[in-house]
Amino acid sequence: MSAAAHIDHGHHHKESFITKYIFSQDHKMIGKQFLVTAIFMAVVAVLLSVLFRIQLGWPGESNSALSFFLGDTWAPNGILHRGMYLGLVTIHGTIMVFFVLTGGLSGTFSNLLIPLQCGARDMASGFLNMISYWLFFISSVLMLYSLFIETGPASAGWTIYPPLSVYEETIQGSGAGMTIWLLSMTIFVASSLLGSLNYIVTILNLRTKGMKMTRLPLTIWAFFVTAVLGVLSFPVLVSAVVLMLMDRTLGTSFYVNDAIVGTEILEQSGGSPILFEHLFWFLGHPEVYIVLLPALGLTSEIVANNSRKPIFGYRAMIGSILAIGFLSFIVWGHHMFITGMNPFLGGVFVFTTLLIAIPSAVKAFNYITTLWKGNIRFTPAMLFSIGLVSSFITGGITGIILADSALDIAVHDTYFVVAHFHVVMGLSAIFGMFAGVYHWFPKMYGRMMNSRLGMVHFWLTLVSAYGVFFPMHFVGIGGAPRRYYDYSVYEGFDNNQFGMIMDLNVIISIFAIIGALSQAIFIFNFFYSIRKGQVAIQNPWKANSLEWTTPVEHIHGNWPGEIPEVHRWPYDYSKPGMEEDFVLQTTPLGAGEEDH
Amino acid sequence: MEMKLIVLVVIVLAVIAVAQLMRVYELNSKIRNRREEDIDLRVNNLNGGLMIAFLAVFFGSLIYMLYKYGNGLLPEAASEHGQDVDWLFNINWIIVFFVFFVTNALLFIFAYKYAYHPDRKAYFFPHDNRLEMLWTVVPAAAMAVIIILGLITWNNITGKASDDAVVVELYAEQFSWTARYSGDDNKLGYSDYKLVTTFSANPNPLGVITTSNIGWRIFELDSTIKAMHKDIEAEALQEKVFSVAASKKMVTKVEKLERILERVSLMQKTYTDSTDLLAADDYTAKELFLIVDQEYQFIFRSRDVIHSAYFPHFRAQMNCVPGQRTKLKFKPIFTTQEMREKTGNPNFNYILMCNKICGESHSNMYMAVTVGTAEEFKNWKEGNVNLVVASTK
Repeated sequence: MSAAAHIDHGHHHKESFITKYIFSQDHKMIGKQFLVTAIFMAVVAVLLSVLFRIQLGWPGESNSALSFFLGDTWAPNGILHRGMYLGLVTIHGTIMVFFVLTGGLSGTFSNLLIPLQCGARDMASGFLNMISYWLFFISSVLMLYSLFIETGPASAGWTIYPPLSVYEETIQGSGAGMTIWLLSMTIFVASSLLGSLNYIVTILNLRTKGMKMTRLPLTIWAFFVTAVLGVLSFPVLVSAVVLMLMDRTLGTSFYVNDAIVGTEILEQSGGSPILFEHLFWFLGHPEVYIVLLPALGLTSEIVANNSRKPIFGYRAMIGSILAIGFLSFIVWGHHMFITGMNPFLGGVFVFTTLLIAIPSAVKAFNYITTLWKGNIRFTPAMLFSIGLVSSFITGGITGIILADSALDIAVHDTYFVVAHFHVVMGLSAIFGMFAGVYHWFPKMYGRMMNSRLGMVHFWLTLVSAYGVFFPMHFVGIGGAPRRYYDYSVYEGFDNNQFGMIMDLNVIISIFAIIGALSQAIFIFNFFYSIRKGQVAIQNPWKANSLEWTTPVEHIHGNWPGEIPEVHRWPYDYSKPGMEEDFVLQTTPLGAGEEDH
Repeated sequence: MEMKLIVLVVIVLAVIAVAQLMRVYELNSKIRNRREEDIDLRVNNLNGGLMIAFLAVFFGSLIYMLYKYGNGLLPEAASEHGQDVDWLFNINWIIVFFVFFVTNALLFIFAYKYAYHPDRKAYFFPHDNRLEMLWTVVPAAAMAVIIILGLITWNNITGKASDDAVVVELYAEQFSWTARYSGDDNKLGYSDYKLVTTFSANPNPLGVITTSNIGWRIFELDSTIKAMHKDIEAEALQEKVFSVAASKKMVTKVEKLERILERVSLMQKTYTDSTDLLAADDYTAKELFLIVDQEYQFIFRSRDVIHSAYFPHFRAQMNCVPGQRTKLKFKPIFTTQEMREKTGNPNFNYILMCNKICGESHSNMYMAVTVGTAEEFKNWKEGNVNLVVASTK
């Protein structure tokens, strides 16, 4: 029965436009849907960041870009409204963290690669997978819609700490904007959970013959641990969000305690704003690795492939992914050293947090060793992967400062933090995502992206990214709090500080604008290549893993005949005694040849 | 309008130009039979070279920024524990910079050095237990040092304040700070948010508990409730007409006030004259004046949302959470005057800022901080502070 069903799957049966492009249950199409949606969301989020960077670089100056995009309501006379400034910051963060780097990154590449690299016809449940995408779509639309309502979008920061996020009277954006934010995030979590469960089940159950867990590409390992983290941590966010909705609408007091809003004394008593912080960061910290691990997974594959070398320390890489995944659940308190949390507990979190440096260091050194004595092809994907390793190291080491509570007390919530997490998580993840798109574009669209444009895109992006975030560390150590509309407060007190902050803010804003504009190259290349790119061959990168054994033209069920059997790990590059510098996973082991 | 038209034309022309360029590129590739995945040695070497160029610019810009802005970072820590924090910072910076320079250099140099060459085959090197052990153990050892030093400092910062530490409360609200000094007894009067009144004949903005404050609050609540009851009755007799929604709201509100009144009335039984004594010598100010070399125990409270008291120059920060008290101690060691000399900036002043997003005017929420001698403090106290309790004795 099952064999017959499999062969049946292989048939290329006719599909209507709607089932093929819109309500598709095919993992490859769903992956592409996630990608295109995420690119759109990323464009919005980058635009928002440029708008608030204009205000930070040239505070209080009239700017036609501001009045063009925000109109008279939010930028009267071209000067950004204070409330909208916070709204832009909040929505930029939310979209980037959740919609681009969680939904976009995991959604795209887990969907595309898990069945292809495991050797499965499709995801365990194509239907749930489709629902997952459409929930993501609905939550994206809701989040964008919140930008257009009269009282403005949610503006209590992407961490939405209560009571600010609970009472409209404390900030305008905590009215309808926050309600939509909470609804959107609830739907987003549902989408993420359906996706994650599907990924886990597929990886555990649908691997092809011979594909032992220890023969999986590191991409799959990263997606697997990411999905597990998501399943365990996202539900906590939903409960936090539901309790907040109740505080907002039913007058409960989970997060509110003895507060006065405006002149009104609230009855709510006995709750704790700190409780929300604990719940939020119990998701929030694993979330960092939900964002980061898939990027590291993609890079592992790309670095090995383009260095024409096996990834160094395959088992250590798996071990460090697992270690990072585990540790990410017991470090959330490092976001809360100065909330008045028991200092002893703070000490415990210092310890667990700094432990993460060990598996991270192992990963970084393994990447570098993979390059050593390689034969490196600088494809755009490889360039972005090298960029990722650099940003992962550069951003990671400033984490050592922030994890140390005695130092955090001086730099907490300053731009040093903003610089740290943008480099280690923002840049790394987005570089990984770009690398993935350039590398697997032929698998997605059957065409090649233009590599020359890709290179220009990389160098402009790398330089402007560091141009933005390097000076930002200095601004932070110089004592500039984040989420400030401007730094005029320093003028009357410490004008040395003010001078430095303003000098650097101008540089940062200029690089931010250059960086944002250079993304147009990518957008153009991406959409142009979908229609007009050079037609791809089956295995353009001479890679080992299974996805390159499928035909270029997409078919439902991935392989026209039987699913190939796997005989070796995916990293036999430049293996001594082999004619070619790559050996497909489907090639049987030669006489006397050992598995890795 | 004209401007927008010009921008539009420029964009359209740019798109056309790019499209033409792409056509040329495609035809060129076709003629030369070049495929995107092919390795063009010249371009590959160019990218390798750019790796080194980038490394130089990367390191160069960091060193330049350290040179140019290194002095513009915050001035020397002006508190006792801040000096320890700065010392710890420096230790950490050494490790951070070392790792940063070495690993980034290795990364980009390897990328340059091992760029593709058609005659070479990559070295098959899947793993090496000794190397992997090396970069597990060395970071672990470095982390151990960082953790131990960090926790020692952290314990000092968060440990118990000495007995002669002066207790000062900092009360945060959207968007200002109020300092409450504990007075001669070094004890703060109790406080309760239900007693907070701003617009009143007898304002009590910090909700300080005294028997007279409780009495006054009961009287106020009682009169408000009575007035509202009158309105509700008038509405029932149709002497006054409200909308259905408004009258419903009124009923809900009066019920709520009655519950609060009940809770305040209970307070009357709990607190006696001895409570009044604690509050009697407390005084408040809208700026913070600290005595040099005197340790302070700060108590933080918030009226509405989470704020954070951030003293950049003292390397100190603590959140202010509604319904909770948080604590932090520090000892200023340089007067404002000394700091002006140290920074060479005659306009230097200490500042306390809010560092947790708290609303639209978040960036305007600050308080001036001055550090001076005990003598100067006495002078400042004349005319800059208000007793919490209107003196009746």
